[in-house]
Amino acid sequence: MSRIRDYIPIVGESTVEELQLLAWRLVGRSVQNINSTAVGGGVAEILLRMLPLLEDLGVEARWDVIKGNEKFFDITKKMHNALHGVEVTFDPGELDYFAEVNRQNAGELDPEADIVFIHDPQPIVLVEAKAGGGKKWVWRCHIDFTNPNRDVWEFLSPFIESYDASVFSAPAFSRPLAIRQVLISPSIDPLSDKNRDLAGEEIDAVCASFGLDRGRPLITQISRFDYLKDPVGVIKAYKLVKEHMDCQLVLAGGGATDDPEGARVLEDVRREARDDPDIFVLFLPPGSDVEINALQRASTIVLQKSLKEGFGLTVSEAMWKGKPVIASAVGGIPLQIAHKYSGVLTHSIEGTAYWIKQLLNEPEYARRLGENGREHIKANFLITRHIKDYLLLFLSLFEQQDIVYL
Amino acid sequence: MTVFKFQTRLNLVELLGRRACTVAELLDGLREVPGMSIYYHTHRFLQQHHYLSPEPPNDFAFWVTGSLGLDALGERLASVDTVRFRSIRALRDKLAGILAEFLDGGRARNTESQEGEEFHFMSARTFVLPTPYEASNLAEFAEVLKKVSINSIYFHVFEARLRLEKAENDFANWFEGIGEDRLAREISRLDPYTMTLEGLRKNLIQMVSRHVED
Repeated sequence: MSRIRDYIPIVGESTVEELQLLAWRLVGRSVQNINSTAVGGGVAEILLRMLPLLEDLGVEARWDVIKGNEKFFDITKKMHNALHGVEVTFDPGELDYFAEVNRQNAGELDPEADIVFIHDPQPIVLVEAKAGGGKKWVWRCHIDFTNPNRDVWEFLSPFIESYDASVFSAPAFSRPLAIRQVLISPSIDPLSDKNRDLAGEEIDAVCASFGLDRGRPLITQISRFDYLKDPVGVIKAYKLVKEHMDCQLVLAGGGATDDPEGARVLEDVRREARDDPDIFVLFLPPGSDVEINALQRASTIVLQKSLKEGFGLTVSEAMWKGKPVIASAVGGIPLQIAHKYSGVLTHSIEGTAYWIKQLLNEPEYARRLGENGREHIKANFLITRHIKDYLLLFLSLFEQQDIVYL
Repeated sequence: MTVFKFQTRLNLVELLGRRACTVAELLDGLREVPGMSIYYHTHRFLQQHHYLSPEPPNDFAFWVTGSLGLDALGERLASVDTVRFRSIRALRDKLAGILAEFLDGGRARNTESQEGEEFHFMSARTFVLPTPYEASNLAEFAEVLKKVSINSIYFHVFEARLRLEKAENDFANWFEGIGEDRLAREISRLDPYTMTLEGLRKNLIQMVSRHVED
């Protein structure tokens, strides 16, 4: 498990010193995180890596998980889809049942820390247990909130407004609310298997195992096989490029095997890729972090041609590795890429193909984009920045002014 | 001799739940949002992209050019010389004046950003905290400049002057206080908006070191 001082060679001593200065001011205050799953999913992944670092900084932080049965999680899944703008109808009583399960959990969890930090909609009703006494409650929304279904929004917003503050991952997710809204983007961990430095031999070995030719340009998209990631669009863009330039394409990612849509997407992708031996469709098992790391590092250009995106941390992962990234201007991607400064933002298959050709033909410009991209991620999207934001958020709950002298 | 105590500042970004799709909406927002929001949008690039040179100057110019395709208006907003303004109010008036004049001209009034490229008004809450670093002479000052975080340099050079409305940046003030008038003048003549933050650090170290040798 990483310690906070392990990050000094990456972010510098002064950045870690600042975290220590902030954490010191939280001594004596406790933080209780509550979400709905202990394993799997982005929230659990972030908490697993962040809590030991907070503890190392001397912040008393714990993590509890609410309990629910299949019926409850079916409802929360529907709610999740509705918040992403999908048309969903709730059966009578479903939302009441959702609230009831939350109330049962409130009795068992006894949320009594100085700061109760609730993640995502599943445990949102717990805020009913909020008592006075200076305790603060924060709701952290990790999902895309751009076009929430109106009924679900109307159900959730009174609960959201009962909190002392809310946190969103991207500016587009912000809504008119009566409470403070804080912007805290997710982050990547530079010391995790997915992002740590790899030796040249490790990269070569992974490429060899997939039959990739390291002597020719490699275009890569890493993401699960999902229509929203537009893998077929990626192949079409690649084919437009291939008419003029020699290159290989890797589409690599996982996907739930019990997801019928995922299987259909994979089938479509394989059909589209069938006639070209330079297209590599790699269905990776869970835990393939080192393989993903190596594929990103071996790439000439990394794509993220999503049609919709929560945040799109694969963009940060590739930029951290100094790669020029061409990605769609959706979700949190424009936060990660300033067009033509630290990467390229596109809106179409043709635009993506045009920029792939540009970057393959202008390696010096591509290299500069990659360098700027890495610096941008270093300054804004590493776990140390994420910890800094959480510490500032916690401190801000007890302060009223715009400028706070600590 | 007085001691210079280095402070640092860290920002927590806040969302105002307000967006703009056209120049007119941008102008409305620009007139109504808190001063802190104007400060944030004219300094964000400097802080988040401090490795880029030249940096895109402010969010308004960047959005008008990149998302609305209004290059000439973008250039006018970009050329606002932030370093000359002594208050956020004056900076806000200048930016609003440019947008209002553009709209009065009746050009591209209805140009709308694409979905997903709206301008989102944001703001920030600033936390100022002491660091363990201090200097009581120029030699020590130059040494600390090498070690202190870029946020600390940012605070003393940018935040002190425009946001806290001090006449000069903190470094120039201190140099003047210890009788280093020439160095103070050199530092206040700098346009820190036209260099990267690390470039600024390097310049400051060179200037101070030169005076140590003198």
